[in-house]
Amino acid sequence: MKKVYQHLFGGNEGALGLVILAIILAVILPASLDIFRLNLVGKYISYAFVAVGLVLLWGNTGVLSLGQGIFFGLGGYCMAMFLKLEASDPISTKIQSTPGIPDFMDWNQLTHLPALWVPFKSFPFALFAIVALPALLAYILGTAMFKRRVGGVYFAVITQAVALIVSLGIDGNQGYTGGRNGITDLRTLLGWDIRTKSAQYTLYYVAVALLIGCILVGRIVLSTRMGRVLLAMKEREDRVRFSGYDVANFKVFVFCLAAAMSALGGAMFVLQVGFISPSLVGIVPSIEMVIFAAVGGKMSLLGAVYGTLVVNTGKSLFSETFPQLWLFLMGGLFIAVVMFFPNGLAGLWVVVRERLPGLKRRVIRTAVSAATQSAVIPAKLANSEGGE
Amino acid sequence: MIILAYSASEIWSILVMQGFAGLSLFSVLLLMALGLAIIFGQMGVVNLAHGEFMALGAYIVYLCSEVVQNHMPSLAPYYFVIAIVVAFLVAGIVGAGVEWGMMRFLYRRPLDTLLATWGLSLIMQQTFRSIFGAREVTPTLPEWLMGSFKPTQNIDIPINGVFVMALSLLLTGGITLFMFKSRTGLHIRATMQNRAMSGAVGINTGLVDRFTFALGCGIAGVAGAAFTTIGSTGPDSGQRYIVDTFLVVVFGGSASLLGTVASAFGIAQGQSISEFFLEGTMGKVATLMGIVAILMLRPQGLFPSKVRV
Repeated sequence: MKKVYQHLFGGNEGALGLVILAIILAVILPASLDIFRLNLVGKYISYAFVAVGLVLLWGNTGVLSLGQGIFFGLGGYCMAMFLKLEASDPISTKIQSTPGIPDFMDWNQLTHLPALWVPFKSFPFALFAIVALPALLAYILGTAMFKRRVGGVYFAVITQAVALIVSLGIDGNQGYTGGRNGITDLRTLLGWDIRTKSAQYTLYYVAVALLIGCILVGRIVLSTRMGRVLLAMKEREDRVRFSGYDVANFKVFVFCLAAAMSALGGAMFVLQVGFISPSLVGIVPSIEMVIFAAVGGKMSLLGAVYGTLVVNTGKSLFSETFPQLWLFLMGGLFIAVVMFFPNGLAGLWVVVRERLPGLKRRVIRTAVSAATQSAVIPAKLANSEGGE
Repeated sequence: MIILAYSASEIWSILVMQGFAGLSLFSVLLLMALGLAIIFGQMGVVNLAHGEFMALGAYIVYLCSEVVQNHMPSLAPYYFVIAIVVAFLVAGIVGAGVEWGMMRFLYRRPLDTLLATWGLSLIMQQTFRSIFGAREVTPTLPEWLMGSFKPTQNIDIPINGVFVMALSLLLTGGITLFMFKSRTGLHIRATMQNRAMSGAVGINTGLVDRFTFALGCGIAGVAGAAFTTIGSTGPDSGQRYIVDTFLVVVFGGSASLLGTVASAFGIAQGQSISEFFLEGTMGKVATLMGIVAILMLRPQGLFPSKVRV
């Protein structure tokens, strides 16, 4: 029992952090915000799924994907396809020339439902597809690249190209995907109207619960021996390989897990916001999601959630009042985080916390971290000189 | 069979013009990728603000054209050549500033560079928007760049395309000579291959870094300046180029200039052929998918560097 507690919650300290996050998300925010603002927070929470996945993938495994928007979008599209089919029953679409198919297909002169869409009439299949399709795509991409030892910046550039391909592909096939406008006008989930206030509250709580579930999964992965292998791979990949571990398999697993988490986020986004479009899939959203994780602290699962909330709140406040300043601020924030706070908000918190109880603990910690850093830097130097 | 409706000479003209369109895309891609081939290929820095340096060059040409129009109209026929030099210098100086203020702290963290340069690209975009407005701008081009060149009655080759092509070939040749024949080029290659050893034999590696980064940015500025002859410039023009640019460099095998040339040629021809058979965006999608698929099978690119890792 104690072992489970240690693993899942990271002991007293970790459990406390999780409880505080849960109280903020599930009690304080719903009590202090009206439903419009809470719905916005719900939208940010769906981005936080991606950030949590990136903490596992980037912060703890050292693999930076600039294509997490693909998986967010795929999850979202799977959910939206089911909801759109439910909203396009023959009775409510009887003015179309072909009743019973989504409106944008009718506008594009399609006369029957494409085969791709047919399985999404079934809710269990849609739920399965939300997680399985993105994980499958991640498996294919990951196996192809990690088995050939493509990593680092090359992986980032290629995932970015895939993000461009997917968003252009969705954009270009208007009849099948809704094109640039995406899939809009979603109404009910199994007959339950998702646009009402009570539904939005319920969906918000579902999103919070799922997010905390994802954080717990992340904790399990990181606290077991596997988490240690991942971290070791991040620091000295070749040594881990020489010790007999199949590095590629670990990377593929984490990539799939992060993809599945992003996809859950995408599905919760669609349920709460009511649409999905290629603008959420492409290069810009994918990088923004990396920034959420970076601001929160790329090593910290909880930090990623706070980072997402802070950046998005800042974005909506600033873009309402000073739209001119927002990009300057956002750009400056990226640079500042990378250059001065590589561990983001979570790193700041560690500094603050260690100043509080007194000097003694801090001295030991900094001595340790200084020692590890000096051990790491020459290693990285050697790596970069080798041309990777 | 539409083809039967044309006579043999007309088909020949179509082939020439299509071939020229492919070549002109090739020179555009090559120009975009040259600066990055130095910054990413040689230095290993992932500069996501590269597109913004191109936009900077394009805006400099626009500024020069405005100044010339309003103050010294007599210079109008020649200003474009001067403007390209100014674009090179300004982009290079901004690049040197960025290297001094940001990049030199990040060489050991390539993934972080990627984020920091993305932040830089946002700031540069907003700066362009604040100064020049959100609308796209076009400089007034000198007469000799307009119009087209007609060797026969049916063949119609735009002069601006020829200009971009000539410029990109000139730059490629110049850079190759510079990198492989000049003393500074030797220092650059030495530093990128073995920094510690280069420092030990007396090369100021910090200065070499700054110069190399500035050179790459300056070339991006020239590329941007050249693009004003074929399209207009907006604050987010840079972002449109960035993925293509990186793919050209990675596809070519990042440490090789020859690879960059070959991959720009391959991608350009692939894209013009696929755009002939498919609709606009899907042609692009097909090309990109082809590149990514080839990169998955051959991650080191077309011309991998022969240095042992």
